[in-house]
Amino acid sequence: RHRSRREQAQIMEVGQLQRKFVDYTASLFCEGFLDAQFTQLQQLQDESNPDFVVEVVSLFFEDTEKLLNDLTRALDQQIVDFKKVDAHVHQLKGSSSSIGAQRVRNACIAFRNFCEEQNTDACSKCLQQVKQEYSLAKNKLDTLFRLEQQIAEAGGAVPM
Amino acid sequence: MTRRVSCGSEELHVLAVDDSNVDRKVIEKLLRISSCKVTAVDSGSRALQYLGLDGEKNSVGFDGLKVNLIMTDYSMPGMTGYELLKKIKQKSSALREIPVVIMSSEKVLARIDRCLEEGAEEFLMKPVKLSDVKRLKSFILRGEGDEHGKKQTQKRKLEDDPSSASSPLSSSTSSLSDDLSPSPPPSPSSTLQPLSKRNRL
Repeated sequence: RHRSRREQAQIMEVGQLQRKFVDYTASLFCEGFLDAQFTQLQQLQDESNPDFVVEVVSLFFEDTEKLLNDLTRALDQQIVDFKKVDAHVHQLKGSSSSIGAQRVRNACIAFRNFCEEQNTDACSKCLQQVKQEYSLAKNKLDTLFRLEQQIAEAGGAVPM
Repeated sequence: MTRRVSCGSEELHVLAVDDSNVDRKVIEKLLRISSCKVTAVDSGSRALQYLGLDGEKNSVGFDGLKVNLIMTDYSMPGMTGYELLKKIKQKSSALREIPVVIMSSEKVLARIDRCLEEGAEEFLMKPVKLSDVKRLKSFILRGEGDEHGKKQTQKRKLEDDPSSASSPLSSSTSSLSDDLSPSPPPSPSSTLQPLSKRNRL
């Protein structure tokens, strides 16, 4: 049947959004923000749980924000409990690894080395680095999910 | 050749133990997608409670569903996965026949040795992949044997045979592989599986 101008415009919009999504995703992998584990998560998503990736990543955001607060407090103490600091960083390394947030994970690895050395200054710098990487990762992922939402709202399917 | 599970179905019931919210959600998904029933708890003590091994006379115990496999994180606050493994494998434990798999993000050989010696079925590196779960599932369903010696032989078999993780196994469980969706692309799994085996020692 003959498509109206409106339908034609909508199809074009979906196409543009889908291309934007594909390019943006590719850039996140290229720039090392995401690794293969993120792809694994996308592959686990299905119709029975279409928001799986968003849900897991949201859990990650919640947990990380708490961990970063705990870390800030721990490094602020007169006498720093490096065992505690290391335990928090280990947790963060684990969860970032589980969602494929590669740069956050790598920042944690560096952090743990300085925990071992019990170097407060270096640890504080590492914490800043981790916070920065987390902030970047969160922005990127939020943008990605927003793109997905836009595609869905425009009536299209998210290319996976 | 499928193993008879208590309720008569071919679905495995897996108890997953991990203190990380993220990891619990992921392992739960990996198992559900592999057609397993999952109970996920956040600590070793909760796991023992669920299994009825906590020694509490008034414990709730089983909800009637037999557990076919326990997958536990190694590093947990309170009780580690290793300590949980020891409790389950005690001579006095009614549940010492249940296979236990340890998961860890850290490849520490001494740790791996310790866990395997204490009776762990396998030591998986995190993040756990869908291919790991599939391999575990077919291994469990084939029936890993009751004697420890038999278990060791089969573990060695899996290690010696580089193709054991691919078609030979899946052909014997072809009726179940229909439930397993989506299948991961072949090349990543075949390159990852030898790595995890090496990690297992």
